[in-house]
Amino acid sequence: MALLSLDNVSVTIGRLHPLDGISFDLDRKEILGIVGESGSGKSLTALSVMGLLPLIGGKVTKGAIVFDGIDLVSLPETDYRRLRGKRIALISQNPMTSLDPIIRIGAQIDQVSQLHLGLSAVAAQARSIELMQQLRIPDAATIHGNYPHQLSGGMKQRMVIAMALAADPDLIIADEPTTALDVTIQAQIIQIMVDLVRERGLALMLITHDMGVVAQACDRVVVLYAGRVAEQAGVADIFATPKHPYTRELIRCIPRHGQAPGSLKGIPGTVPSVMDYPSGCRFHPRCAHAQAICGTEVPLLEQKTSGRAACHLTEVLAHG
Amino acid sequence: MLGYIIKRLLQLIPVFIVVSMIIFSIIHLVPGDPIDSMMQIGSTPEQRAELTARYGLDKPLPVQYGIWLAKMLRGDLGEAIILRQPVTALIAQNLPHSLLLGVLALAFSTIVGIVAGALAAVFKDSWIDRSVMTLILLGSTVPSFWLGLLLILLFAVQLGWFPVSGARTWSALVLPVLAIGLGGIALVARVTRVAMLDIARRDFVMMLHAKGLSRWRIQFGHILRHALLPVVTILSLRIGWILGGAVTIEYVFARPGLGSLLITSLNQRDYPVVQGCLLMLAIAVMLGTLIGDLVQAAMDPRVRDSST
Ligand SMILES: Nc1ncnc2c1ncn2[C@@H]1O[C@H](COP(=O)(O)OP(=O)(O)OP(=O)(O)O)[C@@H](O)[C@H]1O
Ligand SMILES: [Mg+2]
Repeated sequence: MALLSLDNVSVTIGRLHPLDGISFDLDRKEILGIVGESGSGKSLTALSVMGLLPLIGGKVTKGAIVFDGIDLVSLPETDYRRLRGKRIALISQNPMTSLDPIIRIGAQIDQVSQLHLGLSAVAAQARSIELMQQLRIPDAATIHGNYPHQLSGGMKQRMVIAMALAADPDLIIADEPTTALDVTIQAQIIQIMVDLVRERGLALMLITHDMGVVAQACDRVVVLYAGRVAEQAGVADIFATPKHPYTRELIRCIPRHGQAPGSLKGIPGTVPSVMDYPSGCRFHPRCAHAQAICGTEVPLLEQKTSGRAACHLTEVLAHG
Repeated sequence: MLGYIIKRLLQLIPVFIVVSMIIFSIIHLVPGDPIDSMMQIGSTPEQRAELTARYGLDKPLPVQYGIWLAKMLRGDLGEAIILRQPVTALIAQNLPHSLLLGVLALAFSTIVGIVAGALAAVFKDSWIDRSVMTLILLGSTVPSFWLGLLLILLFAVQLGWFPVSGARTWSALVLPVLAIGLGGIALVARVTRVAMLDIARRDFVMMLHAKGLSRWRIQFGHILRHALLPVVTILSLRIGWILGGAVTIEYVFARPGLGSLLITSLNQRDYPVVQGCLLMLAIAVMLGTLIGDLVQAAMDPRVRDSST
């Protein structure tokens, strides 16, 4: 049984429907990439699993999210709290803003193991410093007493990673953990994180808009487009035989040497707004292969042996 | 932190010089000759010359200021003309009453304001939020001297719970503190509420939820702590306002204090006393701002680091 399983999950925020029928599984010890352009619903997927949608006025209106046999959609808040930070940890998009600026950084890491593992202040501090050392933070004991603004972005993100690891979670959700960082250290931070996750046998949901990161770190990948799953497949397959035209475009846009990395601006057209999603296949206005059916009927994720794509034309394209 | 304190103290010196110049020149801004206005009817020309010399008014202005400043720094604020006592002695008698009243009123409005604002923020848009904020709005629209009179009428005259005036018992403090403090609650509560709601939307709060902390711990252990930073800022700015309130309220309640002394000596044109009182008020405002800055620096490491 999968560790985490989303089945046909739809999310509503007010009158908007930013996620529509998201399904995917994440196994133990697996690193699953979630890719898509800005606004495709990656962060909302993370928030749905964390049970934090109410904070932004959203809720899961359809479908099931099951974590280790626990139905998360109907889980009472008090039980959810024992899961958050303890069994499912979040690494957020922007390390600059995700730490409390007036509390010592070490105390923020200690807080997690004190809360969930019942450690004393002294034990929690020792544990945090050890974690920091594993994250290759030099002079961890000193940095433990620093405030967030005294550290660089890369250092801060390592602290957030330490915070995520502090209570030995089963699953870590990393939402674009390096997007806000200097390009030169992005790959390094990803590598440190992936190494630790593999070492400890954790599951990782790695959200990114960079297919390069997927290639570097992931076992499998789910491609999101405009709040729906466009395709999911193993990493080797997705690069060898991408089935969805959108996935092809994403791969085409991986920055080569000397190009500005991380940018997906290369796909022609613009991401549709959540207020105004196109009918049928939401990618059809930007798709070079679009046919009449694409504008009228929603393509379903078809079950295939190696991978699945939500496209009317997979057969045609595969042979064309 | 020590460096920060020293730096802030040094920054106060030019402010103090400007303030002292203004207070010094008040005596020269009075219409007519200050000596004329100080002299009693029937004074002799000798007395006039003696007064002029005593206040050094025969010397050039900058010299006069220098002498005044030097004396002041030695703790000599001159002699009261009407009351015929050293001004410092008068201030020493009255200042503690005003300080007590001011500090209590400030503490009262701050504590009630923070609690009210935090409740309104935590229960945003509920009946608690609406009733707290409505009550507070009502309280803030009433001027403190009028409120003082109302309180006297109700609690002192009608119900007889507290003394009408004076400062002999602790219970005599209750109504003046209420009269000054009630009006201050609104601002503190509103700033607390707005700051808490604003901070609740920050990314780091989402992360606190993601760590599994309880809602209460996040609201009171993290968000409120941040919200206190702007509250401290407005509090330090309000010191002057509170003292101003104390001036009129002391008069309304016939309490001794710097305010009563100031108003009496203004009426009697006792300028050395007026100068002394104004100087004390100015120093109180400066110290208030300084304490506010220091408290903020103690609470926020970013402030400490950016200004040293
Ligand atoms: N609080 C909110 N209120 C209303 N709409 C929202 C809110 N948060 C996100 N959305 C909408 O939901 C859609 C998906 O947002 P989401 O943040 O999940 O995108 P994302 O894939 O994480 O993008 P990015 O790469 O920019 O982080 C977007 O169209 C966005 O406008
Ligand atoms: Mg996002």
